[in-house]
Amino acid sequence: MYKVILAIRYLIKRRITYFAVLAVALCVFIVVVVMTVMTGLVSDFKQKNHDFVGDCVVGTKSLVGFAYYEEFVKILEKTDFIEGVSPVIKSYALISSRGSERSYGVEIMGLDPVRHSGATGFGRTLYYRKGDVAKAFEPTYDSNLPGCVLGIDLALQRDANSRYPYAVSPAEIGFSVSCFPLTAKGALAKAGLGEVNTQTFYYSDHSHSGLARVDSSLVYLLFEQAQLLCGMAGPVERANAVHIKFKPNVKLKAGREKVASLWQKFKQEKAGEKQANLLDTVTVQGWKDYRRAYIAAMEKEQTMMTVMFAFVGITTVFIVFVVFYMIISHKSKDIGILKSIGVSNADIIELFSGFAFLVGLLGSGVGLFAGWLFLLKINRIENWLFERFDFQLWDRTIYAIGDIPNQMKLGVLVVIVVSAIVACLAGALVPSWQAATSKPIETLQVSQL
Amino acid sequence: MSKDDFILRAEGLHKSYRMGATEVKVLKGVDLAVKKGEFVAIVGASGSGKSTLLHILGALDRPDNGVVKFEGRDLNQHSGSELNRFRNKMVGFVFQFYHLLDELSVLENVFLPVMASRSVVGWFACRRWAKSRARELLVQLGLHERANHKPYQLSGGERQRVAIGRALMNEPRLLLADEPTGNLDSATGNGILRVFEELNRAGQTIVMVTHDERIAQRAGRIVTLVDGKITDSI
Repeated sequence: MYKVILAIRYLIKRRITYFAVLAVALCVFIVVVVMTVMTGLVSDFKQKNHDFVGDCVVGTKSLVGFAYYEEFVKILEKTDFIEGVSPVIKSYALISSRGSERSYGVEIMGLDPVRHSGATGFGRTLYYRKGDVAKAFEPTYDSNLPGCVLGIDLALQRDANSRYPYAVSPAEIGFSVSCFPLTAKGALAKAGLGEVNTQTFYYSDHSHSGLARVDSSLVYLLFEQAQLLCGMAGPVERANAVHIKFKPNVKLKAGREKVASLWQKFKQEKAGEKQANLLDTVTVQGWKDYRRAYIAAMEKEQTMMTVMFAFVGITTVFIVFVVFYMIISHKSKDIGILKSIGVSNADIIELFSGFAFLVGLLGSGVGLFAGWLFLLKINRIENWLFERFDFQLWDRTIYAIGDIPNQMKLGVLVVIVVSAIVACLAGALVPSWQAATSKPIETLQVSQL
Repeated sequence: MSKDDFILRAEGLHKSYRMGATEVKVLKGVDLAVKKGEFVAIVGASGSGKSTLLHILGALDRPDNGVVKFEGRDLNQHSGSELNRFRNKMVGFVFQFYHLLDELSVLENVFLPVMASRSVVGWFACRRWAKSRARELLVQLGLHERANHKPYQLSGGERQRVAIGRALMNEPRLLLADEPTGNLDSATGNGILRVFEELNRAGQTIVMVTHDERIAQRAGRIVTLVDGKITDSI
């Protein structure tokens, strides 16, 4: 019991202890804020990618695409583990607004809005046709015109406050979209004619996926129209990918493996067909693998952050070590007194470990509270800084985020608090050990040999 | 006199310390026997080894050579935990500089040895008795009104009486006092010695170290330590 009492009294009465508590609190605060924001950004980014892709993609990187996709789609639709399937066309195009001579390169994606919304989060990214995705490609000003859905950053420019100036209805703008159609062998379909496929589409809606690269470079077209533009229509139609959404109770890995197995079987069945060679380039990937190139960079950043904060943790250990070394040096007389009344070495270590535990617990508590308070107001603080000083932590024209993520995760908090306490215990271990093994006579009666 | 009359026997104690490159021999073969209920004063000049001897007798230190027997049992044969128990139950220390814990109140300092020897559960089982015993001791030592004060709020004499209370808390068989009046004025020192005399009259065995012959006169027997050896026992 004396260990508890003394540990608490040391904590309260020694001013130097406040520095240890403050050091721990500061470290916990920084780690909580950064990890919460970083984890929020990463999980938000992953979720957006998941929404964009669906659960699984059967596709090829080749712009030629692959044939017989419709048959495979039918096979998939007959299974009991798949909720939605959407074949898509993916290619590159040159786009210029009507009347303008300036054109720029974009990616195009041809899709059926209803099917694609069933397999991905596409429908939720629309603005004007959010509640009626079937009409996504029908401009509100003339539903007979061929429509296109633009990535939001192609359609709108953020204002000074980094907000999009949404209009009540889409502006009547036509875009010329030019593609280089390819044959099944990969040659230019119109080689020698010196022409590309060009068609005019009208701005019908915009898509805000929250993925900067997608929103700034992707134009969505109707599947059939994109297929024609890319030269993939014809007797044997081709597509570039099939996006799949599993039923809610299906685990991603298991679902992907089932699809891969179905694809292998399908490929074998099609082995003798005319365009069977195109099937060799097709892979079956889960959404994470499909977007690996983008997600990996973010995860790498998160890992680097974690490593950096591990160093912050080591610094905490060192600070606690120094503070405890000073505290225990000042308490050598107490250690001698306790030993003179029969307290064991283990009890001395327990006493100072308990003291370190309290420092860690209190420091973590203060740091957590401060972190929570800061995160609660982080978006208000950022807005205030932006309004007053034109300072924004993440430039929204570059980073496709709305609010700064501030949802603290219990698991992350538990890891941070436990780490802080372990850091304190580690920092106090050596001084406690030294104190425990010191001879009482050296501390009680040095001058009286 | 039978062997059992001796509570403490030290035979051939040697102790040396390293001070830089040189080895300082502090005790050079000390023999000492203390009877139950005796009040022994060990006198000697500064550096004669009297405090070292007291620490060895109280198992705060170990001799390089020689034997200390407490009630017939060789302390060298005790394990670490047995020595801890010995220091907690069998002996009580009173130091020149009181050595109280500033974070604890007077009352807590007094019952600290009981608290230190028990687990949390054990402490809760006996805390009423311990507090009552500590208050009783404070009454005996004239400090009952100071129970909730902190040591730094007391005078030197009062602090030393608190230290005596702590030393007596577990009713030890032997009280070891290292220059208990060395840091006090003569009137206050006399008060402390009167406490020792009363305790001794009640049957408490006391071994006191002092460099002051006049203080030593208050003890029942004086042992003189010169250059690490006992030269005289009156």
